[in-house]
Amino acid sequence: MAPAPSPTHSAVTLNVNGEKYTLTVDHRTTLLDALRERLDLTGTKKGCDQGQCGACTVLLDGRRAVSCLHLAVAAEGREITTIEGVADGERLHPVQQAFLDFDGYQCGYCTPGQICSAIAVIEEHAAGWPSAVTDDVGPEAGPAPLTADEIRERMSGNLCRCGAYVSIVQAVARAAAVQAETGEAAEAVA
Amino acid sequence: MREFGYQRASDVAGAVALLGADPDARFLAGGTNLVDLMKTGVERPARLVDVRELPLDRVESTPDGGLRIGATVTNSDLAAHPEVRRRYPALAQAVLAGASGQLRNMATLGGNLLQRTRCGYFTDVTGPCNKRRPGSGCPALQGEHHNHAVLGASDHCVAVHPSDMGVALTAFDAVVSYETTDGPGQVPLTEFYLPVGDTPHRETALPAGALITGVTLPPAPVATRSRYRKVRERASYAFAIGSLAAALDVRDGVVHEARLALGAVASRPWRARAAERVLTGSPADAGTFAAAADAELAAARPLPHNGYKVTLMRNLVVAVLTELAEEAAR
Amino acid sequence: MTTTTTGTTNGTTTARGSVGTAHTRVEGRDKVTGAARYAGEIPFAGLAHGWLALSTVTRGRVRSVETAPVLGMPGVLTVLHHENAPRLDSDYVGLLGVPPDPSAALFQHDRVPHRGWPVALVVAETSEQAREAAEALVVHYEQEPHDVAFSAGRPDAYPVDGHMPAVAEKGDLESALATSTVVVDAEYTTPEEHHNPMEPHAATAHWDGGRLEVVDSNQGTTWVAGDLAKLFSLDPASVRVRSEHVGGGFGSKGIRAHQVAAVMAATVLQRPVRVVMTRRQMFSLAGYRSPTTQRVRLGADAQGRLRALEHRCLNITSTVREFVEPGAAPARVMYDADAHHTANRVVRLDVPTPTWMRAPGEAPGSFALEAALDELAEKCGIDPIELRARNEPERGPVSGLPFSSRNLLTCFREGARRFGWADRDPRPGLRRDGRWLLGTGTAAASFPAGAGPSTAGLTAEPDGTFTVRIAASDIGTGARTALTLVAADALGVAPDRVRVRIGDSDFGPAMIAGGSMGTRSWSWAVTIAADELRERLALGADIPPAGITVRSDTTEAIGALAKKERHSFGAQFAEVAVDVTTGEVRVRRMLGIFAAGRVVNPLTARSQFLGGMIWGISMALHEEAVRDPASGGHVGADLAGYHVATHADVPLIEADWIDDPDPDDPVGIKGIGEIGIVGAAAAIANAVWHATGVRHRSLPIRPDRVLSAGTGAAHA
Repeated sequence: MAPAPSPTHSAVTLNVNGEKYTLTVDHRTTLLDALRERLDLTGTKKGCDQGQCGACTVLLDGRRAVSCLHLAVAAEGREITTIEGVADGERLHPVQQAFLDFDGYQCGYCTPGQICSAIAVIEEHAAGWPSAVTDDVGPEAGPAPLTADEIRERMSGNLCRCGAYVSIVQAVARAAAVQAETGEAAEAVA
Repeated sequence: MREFGYQRASDVAGAVALLGADPDARFLAGGTNLVDLMKTGVERPARLVDVRELPLDRVESTPDGGLRIGATVTNSDLAAHPEVRRRYPALAQAVLAGASGQLRNMATLGGNLLQRTRCGYFTDVTGPCNKRRPGSGCPALQGEHHNHAVLGASDHCVAVHPSDMGVALTAFDAVVSYETTDGPGQVPLTEFYLPVGDTPHRETALPAGALITGVTLPPAPVATRSRYRKVRERASYAFAIGSLAAALDVRDGVVHEARLALGAVASRPWRARAAERVLTGSPADAGTFAAAADAELAAARPLPHNGYKVTLMRNLVVAVLTELAEEAAR
Repeated sequence: MTTTTTGTTNGTTTARGSVGTAHTRVEGRDKVTGAARYAGEIPFAGLAHGWLALSTVTRGRVRSVETAPVLGMPGVLTVLHHENAPRLDSDYVGLLGVPPDPSAALFQHDRVPHRGWPVALVVAETSEQAREAAEALVVHYEQEPHDVAFSAGRPDAYPVDGHMPAVAEKGDLESALATSTVVVDAEYTTPEEHHNPMEPHAATAHWDGGRLEVVDSNQGTTWVAGDLAKLFSLDPASVRVRSEHVGGGFGSKGIRAHQVAAVMAATVLQRPVRVVMTRRQMFSLAGYRSPTTQRVRLGADAQGRLRALEHRCLNITSTVREFVEPGAAPARVMYDADAHHTANRVVRLDVPTPTWMRAPGEAPGSFALEAALDELAEKCGIDPIELRARNEPERGPVSGLPFSSRNLLTCFREGARRFGWADRDPRPGLRRDGRWLLGTGTAAASFPAGAGPSTAGLTAEPDGTFTVRIAASDIGTGARTALTLVAADALGVAPDRVRVRIGDSDFGPAMIAGGSMGTRSWSWAVTIAADELRERLALGADIPPAGITVRSDTTEAIGALAKKERHSFGAQFAEVAVDVTTGEVRVRRMLGIFAAGRVVNPLTARSQFLGGMIWGISMALHEEAVRDPASGGHVGADLAGYHVATHADVPLIEADWIDDPDPDDPVGIKGIGEIGIVGAAAAIANAVWHATGVRHRSLPIRPDRVLSAGTGAAHA
C-alpha cells in the first residue's frame, strides 16, 4: 500500500540511522509503526504502545525517546537512531557488548530499548544531568558518580518483565567504564 | 484513532491562527499525553497543529531575578538548567521525579500543565466518566479510588492532577502566559485550574484556542532551600500517591517564609496557604509543622479507601519541613 | 559444595564439560542488535491486519453487530463475528490434558461470559485502519446482571481437582489444634496478577500450498499447532506453527484468541493476516493468576513441632471453565503433621478464565504457608530456620513417597551463612536507618521437578557439525543455549560444532516451555538421540550429503520413572526498609540459594533464578489488577496502572545454588524456571514484619496498606 498525500496523509522523509527514507504516512502512524511496518526496521519493539514500558526507545537527535508516542509525520527533519544503527559495522557498541557478556536480558524483547536507553543514560550523565536520586541537584555540586542507584533510577523507564535488572545494571556500569576509558562518551548531549 | 489533519506551525501567531476556533483541533507538542489519549479514544481530534518547533524553548532570567520558561522547553532541559537547579531546586527535583528519561526528553512545560488525569475510569472509554462524558457519572466514588482526591473534589469528580512539575511551579507562584487570536494573556497557576464543582470537564481558565507560551517564576530567595518529595507505589516511573514541594526560610529558629504545595491530592496542584499562614512567624519545630499540616488538611474529605492520604500528607509535611529546618540550622 | 558464577566465557573450544560452564546466549548477538525477529516482525507480501473488538458488557448476549458502517470505512476488508465466522470444534483435550481456553473458541455463539470477551475481528489493509474500524464497530448487547465479587466467605465455593486432588486429609484436625501448645490461625490474600510478557501476543497466519502456516509467539509450537488442527478440523500434518523468538510467556502463551482470529481471517480472505493483542486486551484475553484467599491453621508443640496443619485456598474461575490455582499444594510437600488437611476450591464468577502463571499454586501458596511458619516461629520463640529444620519430613507428607532428593536444609544453611543470619536479633521494630525501619526475613521454596515426553531429531552433517531439531521454545530461559551445551557434551564435541534449531512444529512433538520442565524434557530427548547417533557414527560409515539423522522419543523413558516426590528446593532471604511515615517499602538485598538439579549454563541459570526472585519482589510490593465491581472490568489495565517492578525497585540481589543433580535424569536436570519466585514474597513480608512489628497478610504490601496498618513497634 502506497497511499497518496491527502489531508490525512503526508509525504515525509525520515532520516534513520543515516539513511533517508521517503514515504507517505497516515498521520495516525507512529514513528514506531513506521519503523516496524513500513521500513522493516523491527529491532524497535512494541511492548505497550502507550509510553509505559520503554521497549520502543530510540534516539531522536541523540536523545532517547519512546517512538510509540511520537507521530511519524512529526519526525521529519530529525535524526533517528534505532538499535540497528548503534553498532559500528560489525563491531558492537560497548553497551551491546556488555549486555551480551553480562547476560543483560532473557527473552530479549525489551533489550533494544534498554540498550538505546543505556547509551543515552551514559551521555546524559556525562553531560551533568542530575536524576531523581541525585542528592544535590545544585549545579555547583558537579556530576554525581554513576553509581548503581543512579543507573537504576535513570534506566527505570525501561521495564524488563523477565527481571534481568541486576545484569543490566552491571552491563551499563561496565559499558560506562569502557566508554570513559576510550573517551567514547565525550560527546555531550546536544 | 480517527484520521486527522496535521500542520506544523513555525511561529506563535501562525500556530494560534492555524488552530483557530476549531473545537476539534488540538496543539501537539511532546505528544506524551495527547497521543496516548488518542490511542485510547479519549481524544479524537480532527486536526493537530504541531507546536514543538516554535521558538519557545528557552529558559531565561528575568531582570528581577526570576525565570521565564518557554512552553516548549522539555522537561529534561528544564531539570538540567543550571539556573533552575540553583534558584528552584524543588522544581528540578519535581521534574526529575516524573515519568522516565525518555518521556522527559519529549514532554514539554506547556503540555505538562495541560495533561489530563490518569484516573482509570477517565481513560477507559467503555465506561462512564463526568470529565470525559459530562453527566455520565463518576464510578470512582463507589469504585477504585485509593489514589483519588481528598481536597477540593466534588460529587461529580474525584480525579487528581498527575503533574509533579506543576506542584513545584504552584509553590513558587508561577504565572502562565498564553497567546490567543485576540492577543496575549496571563493567569497565575493557582487560578489556572478551575474548581471541579459540577463541571469537571472544564479544566483550565485558558480561553478557547489559546496556546500556552510559557511560565514566569517571580524571584523567590526562599526557593533556594526547597525540596520535592514524591511517594509512589514503586520506586520510579509511577505517578504520585502523594507529593510535596516545600521551601523554608528559617531565621533565628523562626519561620520567616514558607512555601508549600501538595500533589496527587486534588484536581490541581494544591497550594497550601493555610499551612503557610501557620508556619510564618512560628518556631521552626515539629509542633509547628504538624499544626500547619493539620490546618491545611482540615478541609480534607476522604473517600472510604483514600483516607491514608491525609496521614501521608501530614507525615510528609512534617518530615520534609523538619529536614529543611535541620539543614538551615547547619 | 557451592558453585559460584562470576564472569563469562565466550570460548567454545572444549570438547567436554560444556554443561556446567558459563556460555553467553547463542542468539545473543541477534538480540542485542535487533536482528532477532519476533512473531509480529516477519514480513509477508499482501499482509492484512486484524484487530479484535471486545465486549463492553460483563454478562449477556450479543444482539447484533453493525458491520455495514465499518465495512464502508477506508481499507476495511471484513468483519468476523459469531454470525459469519468459520465453525470450530473446541470439544477436545489438548497436549497438556486440558481443553482450550474458552476465549480461543472465537465467535461460536452469542453469549458474553465476561467483560473483554472477543465479539468481532475487523481486518483492514493497515493496522491504523483496522484499529479505528474495530473501535468504531457498534455492537448491541442484551445485558444481564453480573457477579465479580470475590471474598473468602463465598457460599458457592467448591473443591476442584485440577492437576492434583482438591482435598487431602489425614488425622483429626480440630482435636490436634485443640491439644497444640501454640496455634497460628490466619487468613492471607493475594490479588489478581497478570503475566504481562513484554512482547504482546502476536500471530500471522497464511495458507501456503494447502498448508496452514502460523508465525506465532508461544511456549510450544506443537502444542499450538495441535490445537489449531483440532479447532479447525484440519489434518495435523497440514498445520505448521513457528515461534523462533518469544518475548516472554510465563504461562500466558498457549492457544489464545489471536492465533484463531488470524487463521479465521487468513482462511476467509485467502491472504496473510496478522493479529496482535494490545496491552489492554491482554488483561482479558491472555489469562492471569487468580486472586486467592487462603486460610492457614498451624498447631505445634512447645518445641515448634507441627501437630496440625491446615491450608485451604480459594480462587476464582470463569463461568465457562474450571481453573484451579492450587495454593494448598506446597503444604503437601513441605511439612508433615499428625493432622494434615489441604484443600483447593474455586468460585465461579463472570470473569475471564485464569491460567497458569509462573509457579502456579506454589507462588501464592508459599506466600501464605511460609508467612504462617514465620508467625509460628515468632509465637514459639524459635528461629524460623530452626523451626523448619525441626519439621523436615522423611517422606512426602501426603503421598508417603520418598523424596528423589531434598536439600532444603543445605540451602538454608548456606544461605544463612552468606546472608549473615546468625547475627539477627529476632525482635521486630528495633533497627533504624534514618527514616527507614529495617528488617530481615526468610522463607522456604519448592517446585515440582517433572519432565514431559519429547521427540528430537539430530543430524550429523558431512562437514563435521551437528544439527539438533526440536520443537523447543526459548521464551528467555536460555533453552537454545542450554540444548547446545547438552548436545555438545552428549556428542563429545565443542559447542561451536552444534547448531540447535527450535520453535517449529515440523520438528515433531515436544514438551512446552512451562512447569520448569522445558529444558529438562528437551535435553532428555537430545541426549537419547545423541547416544544413538554416536553409536551409528562409531560404525565408521561415511556421512552422505544429506547427513545421518536419528530421532528420539522419551515417552517410554519418562513413563518408566518410579513414583517419588520429585522437587526442587530453595531458601529465600530478604532485607527490607520500611518508611512508616510514607508506607514505602524497599527491598535492600536478597539472596536465594537453590537445590534445583544440575545447572546446565550458570550464566543463564543465574538470570532465571534472579528473574524469579524479582517476580517475588514485584508480587510482594507492586502487582495488583483491580476489578471494578460495578462494571465488572479492570480499572487501569495497562502498565501504568498495573505496576511491575522497575530497575529502581531491584537492588543487588544474589542467586546461587548447591550441587543437587537429579539421580533419575540423564543430565541431572530438575528445572529452574519457577522456583525463584516461590517463597520470595513471603521472605519479604516476613522481613516487613521484622522491620515494623506488623504482619501484612494481603499482597501487595502497598504504601496505603502500610500506613493504614501503622506500626506495632515503638519508634522514635
